[in-house]
This record gives sequence, C-alpha cells and structure tokens, in this order.
Amino acid sequence: MNFGVSLNQEKPIEIALLGNPNCGKTSLFNAMTGGRAKVGNYPGVTVECKEGRVLTGSGVTLSLLDLPGSYSLSSRTPDEEITRDVVLGFHPDRSSPDVLLAVADATQLERSLGFVLELRDLGKPLVLALNMMDLALQRGLDLDLKVLSRELGFPVIPTVAPRKRGIAELTTELQKEALKGRDLKMAQSQISPQFQKWGEAEIKKRFLEIDRILALATRCLPQFTVWTDRIDQVVLHPIWGSLFLIFVLAFVFQAIFTWAQVPMDWIKDSIGFLGEVIHRKIPEGPLQSLLVDGVLAGVGSVLVFLPQILLLFAFLLFLEDSGYMSRAAFLMDRLMARVGLHGRAFIPLLSSFACAIPGIMAARTIENRRDRLTTILISPLMTCSARLPIYSLLIAAFIPNRVILGPLRLQGLVMVGLYFSGVVMALLMAVIFRKSFLQGANSVLLMELPTYKWPNLRDIFLGLLNRGKLFIYRAGTVILTASILLWFLASYPKPLPGEPGPAISYSLAGQLGRWLEPGVKPLGFNWKIAVALIPGFAAREIMLGSLATVYAMDEKEGGSHLLGERIAKEWSVATALSLLVWYVLACQCFSTLAVAHRETHSLRWPAFILVYMTGLAYFGSFLTYQISVRIGLG
Amino acid sequence: MNGKSKVRLGTLKRGTQARISGIQLQGFSSEWRTRLLEMGFLEGESVQVVHESPFGGDPIAVRIRGSMIALRRSEANAIEVVIE
Repeated sequence: MNFGVSLNQEKPIEIALLGNPNCGKTSLFNAMTGGRAKVGNYPGVTVECKEGRVLTGSGVTLSLLDLPGSYSLSSRTPDEEITRDVVLGFHPDRSSPDVLLAVADATQLERSLGFVLELRDLGKPLVLALNMMDLALQRGLDLDLKVLSRELGFPVIPTVAPRKRGIAELTTELQKEALKGRDLKMAQSQISPQFQKWGEAEIKKRFLEIDRILALATRCLPQFTVWTDRIDQVVLHPIWGSLFLIFVLAFVFQAIFTWAQVPMDWIKDSIGFLGEVIHRKIPEGPLQSLLVDGVLAGVGSVLVFLPQILLLFAFLLFLEDSGYMSRAAFLMDRLMARVGLHGRAFIPLLSSFACAIPGIMAARTIENRRDRLTTILISPLMTCSARLPIYSLLIAAFIPNRVILGPLRLQGLVMVGLYFSGVVMALLMAVIFRKSFLQGANSVLLMELPTYKWPNLRDIFLGLLNRGKLFIYRAGTVILTASILLWFLASYPKPLPGEPGPAISYSLAGQLGRWLEPGVKPLGFNWKIAVALIPGFAAREIMLGSLATVYAMDEKEGGSHLLGERIAKEWSVATALSLLVWYVLACQCFSTLAVAHRETHSLRWPAFILVYMTGLAYFGSFLTYQISVRIGLG
Repeated sequence: MNGKSKVRLGTLKRGTQARISGIQLQGFSSEWRTRLLEMGFLEGESVQVVHESPFGGDPIAVRIRGSMIALRRSEANAIEVVIE
C-alpha cells in the first residue's frame, strides 16, 4: 500500500469523515480512496475505523479516517465515543485531524444538518459533502448551494459517491481548508476545540438554525420516496412482513449450504491435488508428513469455509446497505424485548451466524451497557460457520438420510435442530443474565428506518475483500501455527521399533489425551477426541484438521480412508451426538475471547464466557451421552 | 390546534397525524429526552405514525422531519402531541 508517500516530505493532511449512520459515508470513503484501506480487525459495517490515502492532483497526500456513523458527539455508544475522541484529539493513538469532512444525506437535510452544525461549533476547519445528491434531486430537492454554503459558513460540495461525482472538487476543497487551517494554527499558536456536553437549549437552537438556513437555501425539500412506502407496506405488513422475514432468513441459509458447495469442492480438490503433488515430489519422511498431515490437513480444512463465510457476509452487507436490516430489527424488537434485549441486538446475533467476532463488534451500536453486554455474552452461542464442518461431518457419518416428509430429510432436520438449539440456548441465557447480574431497566429503542436503496455492488465487493483477507490471514497465522504444533505433538516422541499399537499413542498428544480421557469419558469421548479438542480451543475449525491429523497419523499405511468413514466405524452414535451438543455449546474460539476482551475492556467477561459456555457444554454433552446410551445408541 | 386535548404519541393508531406539543420529563431519563431532541422530536414538529409492528402493534415507526424513526410505545409516551 504505497501511495507515493515518499513524494512529499510533509506529513499527510489528516481528515476525519463524520456523519449519521446510512448517509453513504463508507461509500464516499471508497470512492475517494479507490477502496484501498487499512482496516483494523473484522469491520462490522463501519465498526472499526478504516484509514485510506488519497493523492491530490498537486501531489499532496490526504489521510482519510472513516469514523463510525453517529448522530451526535454525546458519546452514548462506544461508536460515538471513538468518534468524539478522535475529533477532539483525545484519542491516545492519533493526533487531532486537520480538517473534518462532514457527510450529510442530501435527502434528509432537515435532520442530518444537526450533526453538521454540532461539528461547526467545534471551530475546526470543516467541509460538507452533500451525498446522494442525485437521489435528492430526483425527489424534488431545489437547493441553492451558494446560499447554503454562505449561511453555513464553510464549503459545501454535492457528491454522488457510487458514480464518483464531486470527488475531485471535494479533495481540492479539503486541501484548501487544511492549508488555511495550518496558517491559522501558526497565527493563533493553538486552537483547542472547546467542548462541553450540549444542553437541550443548544440542540433546539441548532434545529431552529437548520430551519432558518433551509428556508433561505431551498425552495423545495425532497419528498419521502413513494417506493420506500410501497415496499414497507409489504415488508412491515402484519402477515406478509413476517413471512417475508422468514423467507429472507431461509433463503440466506439455503444459499449458504447449496451455492457455496461448488467453490468449496474446488478448494477441497485443489488441496487434495496439492497433497498428491507433495507425496510425489518429496520423499517420505518427517518433512512430507509435516506438509501433508500438518499444514495441508490443518489449514486446508479451514480454507474450505471461505466461500460460505463470504456468501453469508455478502448477504448481511446487502441487507444492511439496502435498508432492510433495520426493518428486520423493527420486526424482531418485540421478541427481543421479551428476553430483555434491544431489537437491534438482532443484527449482532444474525452476524454471529457467520462468525461471533463481527457479531460482538456489531453490538457497539447498542446504547445500554447491560444490553450490550448481554448481547456480547450470548453471541458465541449462535451457530457460527466454523461449527458447520464438524456438523456436516458427523451428520453425514452418523445420521441416516431417511426421508421424513416430501423433500424433508432426517439429516437436514438434525442440522436445523442444531441451529435452533443454539438460538434457544442463547435466548434462554439472555433471560437468565438479565434476571441475575445484568438486572436493570429495559433498554430503549430509537432507530432510524432509512429509505431503501439499491446497494452499490462495488462497496459490497470491497467489504467482502477485507473480510476474505482477514480470514485468510487468520488461516495463515493462528491456524497454521496450531496445525504445525499439533503435528509435532502428535508425531513425537516416536515409538521404539517393534512396539505394538498406533504410533500416535506414544506421542505427547497421545499422552495428553490419555491423561484427559477420564475427564471426558462420561461424555463418551475417547482419547483421540480429547487430543483434537485441545487445539480446537484455539479455533473450532481446527478440530476437524486435528481429528484428520490424529487419525491420519494413527494409521501406519497412510491416510487412505476418509475421516468420516473412519469415525463412523469407531464411534458410537451416542458419542457423535454428544460431540454435536458439545459443539453447539462450547466456546472453542480464542479470537472470540480476544474480541470480547477488547470490547468490554476487561478480562472478567471473556473469562466468564469461557467458563459458562464450557460448563454448559460439559453438562449438555454429559446428558446427551448418558441418555443416548440408555436408549440404546451406545 | 383549537382546543384539542393533548395525548401521548405512544397511544396513537397507525395513520394518525399529530403535532408535538411537548416532551415529558417525568418517568423518563434526561438522556432519553436529549436523544429524542437530537433525532428531531421538537415542539411544533408534525409527526405521523406510519407503521406498527405486526406483533402486538409495538414498536411503532413515525415520520418526522423527513425521516422515519422506530420507537417503542412506552417510550413514545414521553412525547405529548395534539392530533390534527
């Protein structure tokens, strides 16, 4: 990511992007930077700050920071806190920006200018981008930009982010304002923006000011779209609305399971092919074993999921950008309120079906601390895509594919049942938490339902690219390390020549597994499962690779049997069911704990997640195994 | 507004058009009040209940200052309106 920084010696001009949620800020950021951004970890939609660079025509570098959308600087949510800290220069990691770039939705001037005026009161150099100008004009906006800019007292540039309209003017204007700001700084030595929590009087005054300015600058304000009303007639309809929501969710899950299959097979085949090549090119020995049984088996079993994860994220981004997601939250609010949560908690929980990490981060938009904490605590119970491989493997190996009714088969039904039990357990835990240590007044709901928009495919693509990169990065680091470590543990020490039994039982992993065996025996797990569960605590999807490693190593002649066939012979149905329940309930994901730590600023909550979920899993698996054995599945 | 009585926004049926006459402080946090103000719920603004949730008619979605905002009935009761 070199954008010719070396060309100019000067420090780049720091610009902060600010605006209400849904004002097209991320889209504008993509249009200005060409989508090349440095992202922190797993962005929700704009949960983490993104940073990108723009080189202007005159060779000056602008450094753009995309801040989370917010309605004010009052900092009631962690998102707003970040925004406020960065703008005011309180943030420990970055200096105060040189220029603020406010983004306002031109179709909603009456409200979005409120935040802009609040920013103006800070006294920093400011430029306003009136985004979605094309839509606003279509809906009848008649605006005199010169008057608007004169009355506001700073430059206003109309933009249409997806078409890159107004972008060049915007960068020129930002550069001009920055230079002016720098001169000002030299003259007045130091301006520190004064900030107090605004009282009601200020807020009211600001809205009166908006009305005054708009009365001067506009002849007609944009109408609320007929289309949004028409769609909402159906989507929020008592019967059709609920059916539509169910249809959307069913469609998303169906698509994840069927559409992703083809690319997943490609990846699987390529990994298999690579294994064969290594077998042929590298002589048998420790190196071949490390590459095939360690690296390929471990990393490969994880990379297979990339299509599924990307597809789920694509749907989530599409739903969010189109404006439907907040309707879904609106429809779900009643149900969520019943378990003591906010309608908006629906979005983190839905994201958690892909992965708990973006789910936990998306909880940032929830204002109430207890609500947010409850959401974070239960998110890992939602069935994330990393659980899928083990579900698929065990179901295929142990559940007969009997037809129940029409296209309904037992295997599919068990899969749905596993997802469902995760959701039920999550809601149940939410009730328990809210009734015990997270007791308190119910949250409040105040949520904008944006007008529907056709999502910009380029923005979705860029969002997916970031997520794909992070996933592969993880597979290449954490999972690669764990796979190599496990391979080593499972390979050494070697048995002395002539000793009976599989080689792995002499290794460190084998010894550790045997040591753990008495503890997991009541759950129906053998020592091999125990061995595979250990690295599985780092990340669920490693378990599959570990099992493959353990079983491949177990076999003297080399892994000619498929894992599913092997375990189907060796395990009882009761063991398989018990392991499934373990997978529904256990928190086997180091990254989840790490992100929970970062989001709650404490070690207590991640520790609590680990303890309560492991407890639940142990108890659930114990019950499952014991009952299954009693009814003759042992 | 000739002599019409004040009611709470949370009690209105779908389709009702009203004008905000005030925001109650009692029983609601001052933070909630500020939040409502920031979203444009000001005295004198016209507001219309556009949607109700299919489940028990709660929450509701209202149109105000060119945007649509969802809120629960119990909290919408902080807003006093005059029906038009």
